[in-house]
Amino acid sequence: MSDKLNLVLNVWRQKGPKDAGRFVRYEVKDISTHMSFLEMLDVLNERLLAQGEEPIAFDHDCREGICGACGVVIDGSPHGPSKRTTTCQLHMRSFRSGQELTVEPWRAAAFPVLRDLVVDRSALDRIIQAGGYVGVRSGSPRDANSIPVRKEDADLAMDAAACIGCGACVAACPNASASLFTAAKISHLALLPQGQPERRERAIAMVARMDGEGFGHCTNHGECESSCPKGISVDNIARMNREFLAAAAASRRPLGAEAKDDDGGA
Amino acid sequence: MTVLDARAPSGPIDARWDRRRFEMKLVNPANRRKFSIIVVGSGLAGGAAAATLGELGYDVRCFCYQDSPRRAHSIAAQGGINAAKNYQNDGDSVYRLFHDTVKGGDFRARESNVYRLAQLSVNIIDQCVAQGVPFAREYGGLLANRSFGGAQVSRTFYARGQTGQQLLLGAYQALERQVAAGTVKMYPRHEMMDVVVVGGRARGIVTRDLVTGAIEAHVADVVVLATGGYGNVFFLSTNAKGCNTTAIWRAHRRGALFANPCFTQIHPTCIPVAGDYQSKLTLMSESLRNDGRVWVPRGAEDCGADPAKIPEDRRDYYLERIYPSFGNLVPRDIASRRAKEMCDQGRGVGPEVAGVRRGVYLDFRDAIQRLGRQTVAERYGNLFEMYERITGEDPFDVPMRIYPATHYTMGGLWVNYDLESTIPGLFVGGEANFSDHGANRLGASALMQGLADGYFVLPATLGHYLGATKLEKLTAEHAEVRGAVEEVRARVDKLLSIGGKRSPDSFHRELGALIWDNCGMSRNAANLERALRRIPELRAEFWENLAVVGSGSELNQVLEKASRVADFMELGELMCRDALSRDESCGCHYREEHVTPEGEAKRDDAGFQHVAAWEWRGPDAEPVRHQEALEFELVKPVQRSYV
Repeated sequence: MSDKLNLVLNVWRQKGPKDAGRFVRYEVKDISTHMSFLEMLDVLNERLLAQGEEPIAFDHDCREGICGACGVVIDGSPHGPSKRTTTCQLHMRSFRSGQELTVEPWRAAAFPVLRDLVVDRSALDRIIQAGGYVGVRSGSPRDANSIPVRKEDADLAMDAAACIGCGACVAACPNASASLFTAAKISHLALLPQGQPERRERAIAMVARMDGEGFGHCTNHGECESSCPKGISVDNIARMNREFLAAAAASRRPLGAEAKDDDGGA
Repeated sequence: MTVLDARAPSGPIDARWDRRRFEMKLVNPANRRKFSIIVVGSGLAGGAAAATLGELGYDVRCFCYQDSPRRAHSIAAQGGINAAKNYQNDGDSVYRLFHDTVKGGDFRARESNVYRLAQLSVNIIDQCVAQGVPFAREYGGLLANRSFGGAQVSRTFYARGQTGQQLLLGAYQALERQVAAGTVKMYPRHEMMDVVVVGGRARGIVTRDLVTGAIEAHVADVVVLATGGYGNVFFLSTNAKGCNTTAIWRAHRRGALFANPCFTQIHPTCIPVAGDYQSKLTLMSESLRNDGRVWVPRGAEDCGADPAKIPEDRRDYYLERIYPSFGNLVPRDIASRRAKEMCDQGRGVGPEVAGVRRGVYLDFRDAIQRLGRQTVAERYGNLFEMYERITGEDPFDVPMRIYPATHYTMGGLWVNYDLESTIPGLFVGGEANFSDHGANRLGASALMQGLADGYFVLPATLGHYLGATKLEKLTAEHAEVRGAVEEVRARVDKLLSIGGKRSPDSFHRELGALIWDNCGMSRNAANLERALRRIPELRAEFWENLAVVGSGSELNQVLEKASRVADFMELGELMCRDALSRDESCGCHYREEHVTPEGEAKRDDAGFQHVAAWEWRGPDAEPVRHQEALEFELVKPVQRSYV
């Protein structure tokens, strides 16, 4: 088997957030099968720069599958054809010579394109701001081993906490829902004793923020799980729904009402 | 040359940090919101500092170049975080962690700082657990520990192979909580381009918005740099692609001394370079050396052969041969240098890149026979998968190939005990400072230092600075501030207008290869002098023949790279100068002229028991070397020996 490939790429080019975009066709030749997909784009970009053309902008950073910065849609699949693999860890041996591929940014109303393959995912940070934390101050905690956690719960919490926040779940979902992302954080904290005091408020606030950011609803397609590079399970979405319903049922005030300083202690 | 004063407290070592904190000025809670703080960087040190300072009530702005603070490269740390909890009852203590760290750093770190780090390690674990960091647990529900990096006690806390990720997400969540509370304003996709110094004090920064290209000044009462290490000077390293030296280098040019720039850690177990297109190197946790055996063929004629067909008597298990008692578990620097030596002898394996095979085998065949496939899969399964994803080879069938790669930089901006640089009001935390690891960092201690600085040290020492310093009101209209903005604009315009032929990456690769060959795992005066002649030529060519397309007023990744490479050029030169002037071997700094009969690093304590801290004098002027003398009151310097 040859370890060189020739490919045709149809890449989404868009100058800025307000400009119209279009696909541009590029032929790439003599690509080593040992390259990562992003290294293949590096090679193409060096060529474009040498020709005086503007290279293709794409987000990336750690290039070892953990920072969550990278991600493009390759032939309709977020992060490409390999299971549980980020775009930076996708290697060219996953393709055949002569293939023609489309390369696009994440597509979602809540992820506006900034340039070419780069999108704005700050909506995910705002979902975390709504309650994706445990409200403890630096310096006040008690001894770590005074909070025992069942191993099974710790393991399940870790499974959910492994989310890298790349947004592939949103790109994969026909409704552009951020349910898997939001559910992963709600689950991580709901499974641990540390997350209990804020458990109800967290579920309600994070779900409300997710909806407010313009993400769609979950209709159980499961595309999110199958495109997730970390294999986050849709079981977490079921848990989020339970958490939300339980919190809503137990709520002492109508959904959406602001918390008031004087409503504690009822 | 001046002698630098770290202003570390004296007296019993276990009371120094308490004493320092008691001496500190405090800021009244009601007044804190009147003080503005800039934190650059959102990793473990920066994210933790920004969150904590926000909780305290200060007016904080936090900047990072990534699209979200959660992506800082702390996230990639695999192995774990050390803490002197002694939960295993195996003889650990704060003093032992302190002792191990000073010794591991080959007696080139400051005792007071290291002791404080060991003390705070226990608070870090409490803090992270309270945040909900899902550390590994035992069946009884308590925290699990492992021994890491050859330590004789099990003091490492971990979250699978993703400890850095989980600790960073803990800090990130605390940070986002403060963003929601309005105490921290976050500026993602912003590159810090300069420090603003007014009246001799750091009073702000100049940034470039990486989406719009807008260049702006942000003024504040105090500035924290927590912008990570400079390992990407080598082009190929285990760092994220965006990691850069610009923030600390710009501060250096404004007067902050740069300490021990030549102290860079090379990690022995990384996936080798596969081709000339390679963009980064991936680390494989060094826990693999617990069960994997390192070898190369005895003779060069077998180097291209199928390893399964090379018989036992034609294999050289060189670490076991040279170091019979430590074997494959010798420290990182030794394992790295020996791998290079084998490949330099022409006994490397794997594909030839630029005419040399640069790889050694890390073989699990015997471990699989001894422990069974199941146990090996349980211990290393995720690492094997990662290796296979990158190389296309399954380590159950074919021995892994590994080669050393740059991983961490112990050098950085010089700071005193309060983590304040030589520019008053400019504080530096985490890998960006030089403070705690000496000439070599032990495994699982980078996360510890980042969080100690961020959650505990900086919030205390910044409060003291703000409480004790009378600061003038300052706006972005001040002449010094506008001048700094204009300088950044002029530099960006210059980078855009050269109109040459070579890409930023091509310069960066050439610079990286020069530093790797001459100031990497093994150094000598002749090579360092050669690099010191060549780098200024390359730097001159850069400013005449650089190609950047597009404009400054848009998202322009070529321009971002060009600006970072320009600073790496100057830093690379300083690294070589520092390595040349440190005429001894210590820790990672291996001068071929100074070697023990066993081939190990030979220190010269009479001549070099000090920190070298360099003062910038201009791009074409020789920098000035200052010194901070190091005293070892408690841990007596000895020669390391692993034979």
